[in-house]
Amino acid sequence: MEVVKETKMGFEETELRLGLPGNSGGGEGEMARKRGFSETVDLKLNLSSKESGADPNNLEKINSLQREKNLLATDPAKPPAKAQVVGWPPVRSFRKNMLAVQKSSTDQEGEKLPGGNATFVKGKMFSSFTIGNCGSHGLKDFLNESKLVDLLNGTDYVPTYEDKDGDWMLVGDVPWDMFAESCKRLRIMKGKEATGLAPRAMEKCKNRSYK
Amino acid sequence: MLRKASSFPEEMLEHVLSFITSDKDRNAVSLVCKSWYEIERWCRKRIFVGNCYAVRPEMVIRRFPELRSVELKGKPHFADFDLVPDGWGGCVYPWIAALATAYPLLEEIKLKRMVVSDESLEVIAKSFKNFKVLVLSSCEGFSTDGLAAVAANCRNLRGLDLRESEVDDPSGQWLSRFPDSFTSLASLNISCLGAEVSFSALERLVGRCPDLKTLRLNHAVPLDKLANLLRGAPQLVELGTGAYSAELQPDVFSNLAGAFSGCKELRSLSGFWNVFPGYLPAVYPVCSGLTSLNLRDANIQGADLIKLVSQCRSLQRLWVLDYIEDIGLEELAACCKDLTELRVFPSDPYGAEPNVSLTERGLVSVSEGCPKLQSVLYFCRQMTNAALVTIAKNSPRMTCFRLCIIEPRAPDYQTLQPLDLGFGAIVENCKDLRRLSLSGLLTDRVFEYIGTYAKKLEMLSVAFAGDSDLGLHHVLSGCEKLCKLEIRDCPFGDNALLANAAKLETMRSLWMSSCSVSFRACKLLGQKMPRLNVEVIDERGPPDLRPENCPVEKLYIYRTIAGPRFDMPGFVWTMNGDSV
Repeated sequence: MEVVKETKMGFEETELRLGLPGNSGGGEGEMARKRGFSETVDLKLNLSSKESGADPNNLEKINSLQREKNLLATDPAKPPAKAQVVGWPPVRSFRKNMLAVQKSSTDQEGEKLPGGNATFVKGKMFSSFTIGNCGSHGLKDFLNESKLVDLLNGTDYVPTYEDKDGDWMLVGDVPWDMFAESCKRLRIMKGKEATGLAPRAMEKCKNRSYK
Repeated sequence: MLRKASSFPEEMLEHVLSFITSDKDRNAVSLVCKSWYEIERWCRKRIFVGNCYAVRPEMVIRRFPELRSVELKGKPHFADFDLVPDGWGGCVYPWIAALATAYPLLEEIKLKRMVVSDESLEVIAKSFKNFKVLVLSSCEGFSTDGLAAVAANCRNLRGLDLRESEVDDPSGQWLSRFPDSFTSLASLNISCLGAEVSFSALERLVGRCPDLKTLRLNHAVPLDKLANLLRGAPQLVELGTGAYSAELQPDVFSNLAGAFSGCKELRSLSGFWNVFPGYLPAVYPVCSGLTSLNLRDANIQGADLIKLVSQCRSLQRLWVLDYIEDIGLEELAACCKDLTELRVFPSDPYGAEPNVSLTERGLVSVSEGCPKLQSVLYFCRQMTNAALVTIAKNSPRMTCFRLCIIEPRAPDYQTLQPLDLGFGAIVENCKDLRRLSLSGLLTDRVFEYIGTYAKKLEMLSVAFAGDSDLGLHHVLSGCEKLCKLEIRDCPFGDNALLANAAKLETMRSLWMSSCSVSFRACKLLGQKMPRLNVEVIDERGPPDLRPENCPVEKLYIYRTIAGPRFDMPGFVWTMNGDSV
């Protein structure tokens, strides 16, 4: 059997396009929800707006936003479609729904980070809080701007942290350097549990001298 | 002394056949001669229909009047990832309605990737007096109202398994509908349910069912209540926990550890949502007896994870996130010599950069250390031909090999070559390979290897691979046992398909999406092959509004004796005969 030239052309068409040969592009929005290949689980990212609400731990959302930014900023030689290839990698959308629900029904998330080391925290987690810059002011502004709201339950959450003294503090209330040096672990608390934490921040700043 | 086949007593044959349960064997028996066909069909108790559209329910009922168990599959596998648009089909109701009339003594219904309505569940609940087992795997379309009907009416229910289904879940009260007199439950899997079930109803149910061996909870069952359930069911063999986190309190911990210690029969664990690592040691007492551990939903990482896994010396099956990393897999290889199945899922599948240190080395370690390894599903971000060749040599008994390199068309990262040679080694060395999923950069060459060597291959999944129709042709002409072929984003077009049309009748189904098969070829195939349903799925609108040589969006071809289906939605067109 012979390989017809048309087939090669067909290949190029499919390679370059996100959608399908002859696709007007109108199907793209629809297709963006779709996935496919071997079975697996997807625990985290949910880029579609439909399921994105139920997530009191905003780290997931922020991670996703940061990842999007990363992808857009990466080497143009990489296929720009990387984040949006329909149905790839092959993960089950069923699992995304499960995760969204499970995140909303847990009350408190005590996040003991591996090693409990503040430097590790900064590298891994806080770079995803800020969109773009990772300056301390950026972090503080972002977190103080809005409480994290669990859209399913309507309760609001605030990120807090335990410092060297064992005190629980609101994230963002002390300067970045002080935070980075003293943070032992993080916890996302319900808004009402976090009352009374703010005043300690002033005390800390007065009593310590940080570079 | 010779006997003519016709004088062989029927009862004798029936008795012999009662020991033959495999579908393949039963089918073979029925082909021996007409009288054996007749005897066999009257005593067949279980039927498996791999494609619900391959046959009509009336045909099944006519041939097998005494069924007790029916298993059906609906949507194609790629539906798991939403490649099949909603409304495509797979509704089970017509089957349920037909079965209800024909088989009042039916005991088991097992469905996979089907749309199941509450109405269907109600019919099941009320039609079969001796109903025992309901398995709904990756199904959708029903709510807990349907489950309530089953709970309330199926007095002899032994198993209710909702694995991976999407259930509309407004209330958790359905569990309370099991009457107090109901004690026959042996297996309950509600891990997919979103909302809370009534815990007291659950506790009472578990406490009064002495045969309960399998209990898979959903995440809403809190950890501090798990101990109560375990103490009520120390005979459990398989357990799925709920959420595995709580404030670390000594009494809760010791209560839980004590409860686990009491479960001497426990062989399988799953669940572990939202793990608080401080509670992991509570399961250590049961680890040495575990043969199956499913941590695909567990956010356990680092040392905690490795410690847990390395204590499970009898492990045969491990499902885990890539938090296990290469280092954890090395430990697994050292500790778990009975391992037959490994699945490593991605914790961050859409991340631009790897978030964990899991590479090809992890899988190589396992292949080296676990001589019984047969089934692999492995998500990673880099691979080499050398690693695949090593894996192939170490694991000649492999029957299922599914590799997903997250970046499409990723080459061997060391040599920058396609991974043809690596996968070629897999199919050449693993002579019993039945299932294969490809990924990475692949040319037509890999398909040549597959067609040449993969003689027992039954299912092949292909994505972003190949150069031309030759690739598809190699597979269709070479893989004698091929049953299911699913392809996406490959440059395969009309020629290979039309040249191998007859092959398609020997397979269950072929799926092709984002390939280069023209509408013209689809029509031709549909016209020439009356025993195939050739269905074009195209959400852009009717394919005949576009030029004939325009490739179709998606194509699903399957053999059938039922003719074209009548329940196609607006975006599915059949290419069969006159209806084109």
